[in-house]
This record gives sequence, structure tokens and C-alpha cells, in this order.
Amino acid sequence: MLSCRHIMQMSDMTPEDITSVLDTAESFREVNQRRIKKLPTLRGRTVINLFLEASTRTRTSFEIAAKRLSADAINMSGSASATVKGESLRDTAKTLSAMACDLIVVRHAFAGAPQLLAESMDACVINGGDGRHQHPTQALLDLYTMRERFGRLEGLTVGIVGDVAHSRVAGSLAPALRAVGATPVVVGPPTLMPARPDVLGAEVAHSLDEVLPDLDVAYMLRIQMERAEGMPFPSLREYARLFGMNSRRLARMKSHAIVMHPGPMNRGVEISAEVADSDRSVVLGQVESGVAVRMAAMYLLLGGAESGAAA
Amino acid sequence: MALLLKGGHVVDPEVGLDEVADIVVRDGVIQEVGLNLSIPKGQTVDCGGSVVLPGLTDIHVHLREPGREDEETIASGTRAAVNGGFTAVCAMPNTTPPADEGAAIEFVRRRAEAEAVARVYPIGAITVGGRGEALAEMGDMYSAGAVAFTDDGRGVQDAGMMRRAMDYAKMFPVPIVSHCEDASLSGKGVVNEGVVSTRLGLPGWPAAAEETMVSRDIRLAELTGCRLHIAHLSTAGSLGLVRAAKARGVRVTCEVTPHHLFLDEDALSGYDTNLKMNPPLRTADDREALVEGVLDGTVDCVATDHAPHAAHEKELEFELAPFGTTGLETALSLVCTHLVRTGRASWSDVARFMCHGARRAIPLLPEVRLAAGSPADVTVVDPEANVDIAPSMFESSSTNSAFLGQKLKGRAVHVLVGGRVVLRDGKVTTDG
Repeated sequence: MLSCRHIMQMSDMTPEDITSVLDTAESFREVNQRRIKKLPTLRGRTVINLFLEASTRTRTSFEIAAKRLSADAINMSGSASATVKGESLRDTAKTLSAMACDLIVVRHAFAGAPQLLAESMDACVINGGDGRHQHPTQALLDLYTMRERFGRLEGLTVGIVGDVAHSRVAGSLAPALRAVGATPVVVGPPTLMPARPDVLGAEVAHSLDEVLPDLDVAYMLRIQMERAEGMPFPSLREYARLFGMNSRRLARMKSHAIVMHPGPMNRGVEISAEVADSDRSVVLGQVESGVAVRMAAMYLLLGGAESGAAA
Repeated sequence: MALLLKGGHVVDPEVGLDEVADIVVRDGVIQEVGLNLSIPKGQTVDCGGSVVLPGLTDIHVHLREPGREDEETIASGTRAAVNGGFTAVCAMPNTTPPADEGAAIEFVRRRAEAEAVARVYPIGAITVGGRGEALAEMGDMYSAGAVAFTDDGRGVQDAGMMRRAMDYAKMFPVPIVSHCEDASLSGKGVVNEGVVSTRLGLPGWPAAAEETMVSRDIRLAELTGCRLHIAHLSTAGSLGLVRAAKARGVRVTCEVTPHHLFLDEDALSGYDTNLKMNPPLRTADDREALVEGVLDGTVDCVATDHAPHAAHEKELEFELAPFGTTGLETALSLVCTHLVRTGRASWSDVARFMCHGARRAIPLLPEVRLAAGSPADVTVVDPEANVDIAPSMFESSSTNSAFLGQKLKGRAVHVLVGGRVVLRDGKVTTDG
């Protein structure tokens, strides 16, 4: 069980909640490697994936997670939902609530959408990414991946590199790292930094080359042109030159250091193809962890032990 | 018909009053202010324990008529005004269609004559449609009764345009009222840039987006000699610019809203859209500086920027909801609770920044005095009244108050407009 009813932002969770999700995910990870990858745990429960902003990988990950727990998973996407007909999110929430859904995963272009849903319905809410605010299950799966690799989280130094200002991934990952005793360092041009990185618990650096030797993890954010107001740097070429991860930079990192990316990757911009495909990149491991972590989050929110054994 | 306001604490610094006195009103005019007055017939209103102020004026009100009568009308907005203790309001021109020509000003005046319970002074647009591109017919609007010009709702982005407007406006005895926001800096910002924009993941609206335009417009006021009034000033930096400009003799005035005086960005723990306003709630340091500015007179008046919005529009995602909070019915209670009852301001100060200061900003507004011969615009305040801010207390057609749920002390109990009782025992009345 978790101390929170919803997972909307990292501050909803205590460090114990985070550990609980990661530990529970361990057992689900094993299930995901079986030939028959299904548990009866959430049989009869209804999970709605309300994705009002384009997403393939996150929605698929949540859908697989729900189905492997035997929940009835329904996908509602932006174009299929009532949103385009002019219905407010509040009315959508009340409508879904009337259909007695147990858990709703929401992806939305604007910050605060999960809070708005939670106010208007009885279901548990998982934030699948809201505007530039947060994406907590991404942070949890990233922590899982790091813990698996290093055997610990405490004491790790993680460089979060790139468009931090517009990144909901960074919005969750930085406070999550801080909560478990790791040190997040946000790295990028000042035009891509949030106004107050300290609020996220992050330290700031503007030179990737300077911080590289200190990092256990280089977490490369996707450059999201569609979110930026005005061009925040002169060219992709200059960006890649100053902040892109490549073999030369990787060689300057600690021998055990890893490279992460939330996907989808812009090869040649924030990460070079050689690094993306190298054994130091754990990008696919992140994707794999995602299913187990989302299973854990759903399982723990919908009642934990009272729903039956984990695995 | 005579009326006697009996035994109130009568306060009006303009005439040196700050004592218990009676006021006799006859034919809409104050006939006498003094001790132990009586009237042979007519009604006597017991004002014992109450404070009697010259009628409060709010120079920044969105009455929404014409165009959004579902949110507010001249009738409902002025009922809200008197319920909050205001006897006069200035109506902002960003209606649908906007008040950017004489006929539109005329419409507001006629509608007010027919339906308003408080005095309504229309303000016209600076530019056609408030779009910032071409001068609106200021002369025509001035002739029709406009008392000031503003493109409130957005800043006049082009400095050359603003200079032309100020040059042109100075042939009339009116101020240009500037909404100071450089849109290239505020962008899509919806909350103060800093702690809250970072924590909530919302686009930030930096203080500098206001301050650069305050600075620009003060320079333009110096260049043109036009009277300038800064609307809803929200940052310590802007206040410093106004203070320095006043010290060197620039004809600049400014107003601050109750929400910028009594709320700051720390109130935004979540995504309550009633706390979304333009300019946004600033830091606690800004808020305290603004309070100091009101107390030391750098801020000429408190103006509410009363901005009613339909509930279904405020209930959207934060970034999609419209900016603004209502203010007419909470301002006086907030001032009483946070400034008077704490001892930071006297009632004499309140008369200055909620009544007389308005005329410093907009000279065409008539004088309001608690003196024989003046029109009887009077606000009687019960400083002990308990006020729970709840939708049910509003006369406004909208309930989007940033102060819902607050428990305050002090409210208007009786209001006279031109000798007519429009608020009696805290209830709006039309039989008076």
C-alpha cells in the first residue's frame, strides 16, 4: 500500500512509497519474463488510459501493464475522446466516473490536468505526463533502472541534460532523485533551464564537459522543439556540439557510468548513434522496467494486499 | 426627503474630519455635518459603532456589458459595487464589442443611467479594438463622457504607438491608463516566473515583463507630458520606478489590486484557477512592498480589477482558464481586516486610497466630500461585522473570487449614492 491515493507528482509520494513501488516492480519484472505473462491480481478492475496528447510508448506500456494484471484496460485517445467535441475535462472526468472506472491514467498537454480529474472523480489517478509539469512513472522506472544497475540509489550523481525547462521527465526525475538521496544536476543552456532549479532539488551546470567526470548517470533529455517558445539555441549543430552525448564524451565518464534517455531519441542531436547502441546505454532497459513499474504502481494504488498476492 | 446618519465615526481627511458626528442629507446633498443634529422628519440611520467614509471609488472594474452579460452586467456589477461599499466605478473598455468609439461610451452611460445603483464612469480604448495598431477616436469618446483611456487586458506593445497615443491624449484632461506587460517577455506565462512556475510546471510571467513597460511608459510620460496611470502594478520593482518618477515630478499615478496586496504566489499550492490573474500573484516580498507603497502614498489608490468570469470557463485546465478574480465585494473587508484592524492603516488612510486617490489618478472624477454642499455619496462601514467569503454573499453574476473561504472582519452596511440609500443593513436596496 502507498500513503498516497494518486500518483500525480513526486511530492505525493514518500521515500517509502518510492521504495515500495520499486520493490514490488522487482517481482512483476520476473512475471514479465515468463512465457505466460499474466496475473489475476486486478481482475474485474477497470483502468482507463485517457491520453489526450499523442503518445505511443507510454500508452502502450500502461496498457500492457494493466492487461498483465488482468484489469480491463480501455484506451481513450485525444481524437477519440469527447475533448474535440468541446467537452471540458471536468465533464469527461464525471462521465468516466459514472462508468465506475477504478483507475485512470491521464496524459494531457496542460499541467494540472491530473489534479483536475482527481477533484472530479472517485478513481485513483496516475499522471502519465501533464504539460511541462511531471511524469512520475517515468521517474520511477528510471530509478528502478538505476537501482538495478548500481544496486543502490543513494549517493549517485545524475546529470539531467538538455531541455529541463520544458521537460516533465526532469520535473519528476529531479525531485525523485533528491527524495532517495541521489544528487540531480541539471545541465543545459540557460535558455532551457527552469526559473528556479532549486525548487526541483537540482544543482545547475552549464558545461556538460565539466560535470561529465562526476556523473554516474548521464540522462539525456529529448530536445522538444514543439514546446519551446522561440528558438532557445542557435542551431541543432551547436546544441549537439555543446550538450550532445557522443563516444568522445562517454570515454571521459566513469567506467561504470551509464547513459539514459526517456525516448524517443533524436539520434545525432542529444545522443549519437554509437552511444545509443552501446552497452553503456540502458535505454531499452528503461522501457522494460516501465511495464513492471507501472504494474507495481497500479497494483499498489488499487489496494495492494487486499487485491491478492503480488506474484 | 431628509436622512440623518446618526452617531458614526466620520472620517474624511480632505475636510479634516476624524470624529463622531452626525450627517444630514437632503435632496441628494449633504446639508450639514456636526454634533447633535436632528431632522424634523425623514429617516434616521443609526451609525453608532460604524465608520462613515466618503463614498469609495474603484477605478478598475470590468462590467462585461456589452457582450458577456452572462458574467456581469452594468446592473449586477454596480449592485456588487455597493454591496462592497463602492459608490462609483470606472468601467473598462475591453467589452464585446470594445468601447473604442463615442457611441460605445454613450451606451455605457445610458445603460448606467437606467440600471446602475452606483455611479459609472466609462473608460475608452486607446487603440481601435484594443489591438494596439491605430488610435481610437479619443476626442469622440471624451465628448461622450470617457474619463480615461486604456487598452487594459494587454499592453500597448509598440512604443511608437504608445508615444503617439500619449501625445494625442494630452489635449484632453485624461490619463492614459497603462496595462504594463511586454508580451514578448510574458509570452504564454500564467503564473509568476520563479518558484511557482517551476513547481507547478506552468509557463512563467516574469516581473521584468511588467517593469520594462512601466519604465518605458514613465519615460514616454516625461517625453510627452501626458498624464500616466499604471494599472494593477504588481512588483516591488515597478513600485520603485513609480516612486522615483514621482520624486522627479513626473505626472504618474498607480493603483494596486487587493489580490496583489493580500495574496502572493505561495497561495498557489495547486491549480486553483481563481488564483490565475494578470499580472500574476507575485512573491511575498513584492506583496509587502506594495502594502508599504499603499501606506506611504506611492500607490495612489487600491483598485480591484474586478474581473467576473463564467464558472465553466474558470473550471478549465489552468493554462486554458481566463485571467482574473472578482474584487468589488471583498476589497473593503480585506482592507479592514489586514490593514485597519492590524493597526497598519487608519480609516483616514483608507479614505485616501479607496476614495480620494481615484481622483488623483483620474482628474475628471467628481470630488467626493463629507461636507455641506457635496453630493451625498457615503459609505458606512461596520468594522466588527464577520464576513465569510462565500458565493452566496455576492451580488455579482460571477463567483470567481480568489478569496473564497476566507473569514474576514468588516464590511459596508449602508451606502448612499447621491443621497439615495442603495445598501441598507448590508442589503442592496432599490427602494431607498
